This record gives sequence, C-alpha cells and structure tokens, in this order.
Amino acid sequence: MTGFETTSLEESDFELRLHEQFDDTIARDQRIEPRDWMPDGYRRTLIRQIAQHAHSEIIGMQPEGEWITRAPSLRRKAILFAKVQDEAGHGLYLYSAAETLGADRADLTQRLIDGRQKYSSIFNYPTPTFADVGVIAWLVDGAAICNQVPLCRSSFGPYARAMVRVCKEESFHQRQGYELLSTMMRGTDHQRATVQDAVDRWWWPSLMMFGPPDGDSPNSEQSMAWRIKRHTNDELRQRFVDMTVPQAAALGVTLPDPELRWNEERGRHDFGTPDWSELHRVITGDGPCNTERVARRRAAHEDGAWVREAASAHAATQAARAREGAAA
Amino acid sequence: MTDATPRTSAQWPLYEVFVRGKRGLNHVHVGSLHAADERMALTHARDLYTRRNEGVSIWVVRSDLITASTPDERDPFFAPSGDKVYRHPTFYDIPADVPHI
Ligand SMILES: [Fe+2]
Ligand SMILES: [Fe+2]
Repeated sequence: MTGFETTSLEESDFELRLHEQFDDTIARDQRIEPRDWMPDGYRRTLIRQIAQHAHSEIIGMQPEGEWITRAPSLRRKAILFAKVQDEAGHGLYLYSAAETLGADRADLTQRLIDGRQKYSSIFNYPTPTFADVGVIAWLVDGAAICNQVPLCRSSFGPYARAMVRVCKEESFHQRQGYELLSTMMRGTDHQRATVQDAVDRWWWPSLMMFGPPDGDSPNSEQSMAWRIKRHTNDELRQRFVDMTVPQAAALGVTLPDPELRWNEERGRHDFGTPDWSELHRVITGDGPCNTERVARRRAAHEDGAWVREAASAHAATQAARAREGAAA
Repeated sequence: MTDATPRTSAQWPLYEVFVRGKRGLNHVHVGSLHAADERMALTHARDLYTRRNEGVSIWVVRSDLITASTPDERDPFFAPSGDKVYRHPTFYDIPADVPHI
C-alpha cells in the first residue's frame, strides 16, 4: 500500500464523519451554521432559494412602489413608503444570508438583471388601481407570511434568523393593506367594485405563489428532508385558503372560485385548481410585466453606478487623509 | 487590493452589524451589509436594522477582521471545559432542608 492510498482513504473517512455530523445536527433539529461542513447540494439549494427569495423582495418593491407618488393621502403615502422600504430591507437581510454560504452579492444582482435567476412570478402582474396596493398587501403578503412563518425554523441558521425579522415586519404589511381595503369597502359603489376587481385578478396568482402541486415539485422532498422547507406546497396553499376565506367574508368581497366551499369532513376548505399553464408561462418569462420589472431593476442598478463610484472615491480620500493626519 | 485601485461596489467590504437593543443588554449580531467605509456602514446599519427602534447603539466591524474559533463543537478547543462538572452548582449535594443555598 502506498502513502497516497492511505491519505485518500483517511480523507473519505473524514468526509463521511462530517456528513454524519451534519445529518445528526439536522435529525436533532438543530441549526446548521455558515462555517459548518454541509453537502454541496444543501449549499447549492439554499443559495438558489435564498437568492430567489431576496430577488422577489427587491422586485416586489415595484408593483406597489408605482403608487407612492399617487397615494390618495399623506397617511397612505407614508405607510406605503415604509412598506416598500421594508421590502428592500427584506431583500438585504436575505442577500446577507446568501453571502454566508459563499455567494457574492454583486454576482447575485447581476444574475437577476441578466435574467439568469428567478423571482416570484406574482410580481409580474400589473397594479392598475390603488385597490391593488391593498389587495397585494392582504393576499400576496398574506401568502408570503404563510410561506415564511415555517421558514423561521428552517435548518440553516442565517436564513431562519432573517425570516424571524421578516415575519415581524410582514404583519404590519398585511394589516395596513386590510385596513386600506376595509376603508374602500365602506366607500362608494365604485370603490367597492374596484376592490372586487382587484381581488378577482390577484386571487389565483396568489394561490400560485406556493408553487406547483406536490406531485409536480421535484425538489420539495429533498428540501423537506434537509428541513430547509417544513411543509409541502399544497399544505401551505390549503392553510392560506383556510385563513383567507373568513377575512374575505369580513371584508365583503367574493373570492373568484365557484368550487370554494367548506368541507365539514376534512375540516378544511375545498377549492378549485389554479391554471398551472399560466404559472408556467409567467415563470418562463411570458407574464404581463416580466420585461418591465427586470428592465427597471437593471436601470436602477446602472443609474446608481455613479453613486457607488462616488462613495468609493470619498471613502478612499477620507482614508488617505486619515493616514496623512496620522503621519504628520 | 491597493489603495491606488478605485474600488467599485463589488469590492465594497462586508461589515458585520451588532445592535444593542436597549440599555442593559449586550450588543447582538444581527447580520451584515456592504459599505464603502465605516461611516457608511453605520448609517446603512441604522436604516437596515433599526427601522423600528430596535437599537440604541450599533457596532460595525469589517468581517475580514474577525478572528473566530473553528465551528466544530466537538473540537478539542473546547475540551478544557468539558470534564469540569465541579464548576457547576448542581455538582454539590446539599441537604434539602438547608435554606437559601
Ligand atoms: Fe417582504
Ligand atoms: Fe411584505
């Protein structure tokens, strides 16, 4: 036996032990931290998921952001501003979590604006009326909450901790939207019709936010085994429907699904099937606003280049002055 | 990286952010961000991590200046404290009827 063989044998033994430790940590429901050994697949899956999540928060600023300058009162404008700023914050918490896995932030931004990484398809729908602002906060943020609450116990520490911060803030998002809609529903017939129209447009895309049905979601099983994900797409979708139905009733709007009804036996709601071909179309780039969203993000990034350069130049000058001061 | 090369945003260093939630508490690590220099890191940290009065004091430190122990909890680095059960109050038998101890 040569020395080389011994070495490689020892190395694979070592890898095996690390893998066992990793599995053991997951089995004990403890968190994996950035500098722990982890399987390549776990790292890759997390980087992809966290990056997509971060991109969704950043692109998600656009549909509502369009209404900041047109909000009907100073109160609504201040609230909307705070909400959209929070979404920027959510994106940054998540990019920060992705970086602990070795991802590079500038590279992630580049991948987004080159269309090489995805974001949630929901943000490719337009916001033609102010009621859309309320319905997004109620339904879209509501669906996001359903998704994100279990992620607070995700097996990767930095992701879970980012989700805790995010969830605390989401509650404000959803409540301000619901309040906005309640106000409109107490208004004129025209206002009520505007709200109902927005609900009709956002309901199905919101259900699609949970992803394809379980049978069609090939990566889910592995993500659940790694405890990155805690519930299946269909389970989360069901929870969202069950939570939302009484809220819709209290608001006085109709959810546009003739198959939606309470199932006494299951103790849950039955509901119709989203148009999965639509989800597929929007994900693959053919939604109403895909091009516009990415172009806007690219323009914001490129138009901001001079600010980044100026800040760098300023930092360099300050540092040089500090050195001269110290030398003098 | 030398000081002569102008830094672009891609090269803005990463800072770790620590926030003191209120008086009487330690600073706690909350996340990280990129900034051109320390001052910008502080302002960004304020905007990013304390939008709702979550802090009364912020520390930022460049991530590459942190020295850390190895992540493995079974590392012999922590062994010295592993076998010293007598450092814990529960190690000692005290009669149940002795008060305040
Ligand atoms: Fe968010
Ligand atoms: Fe939100």
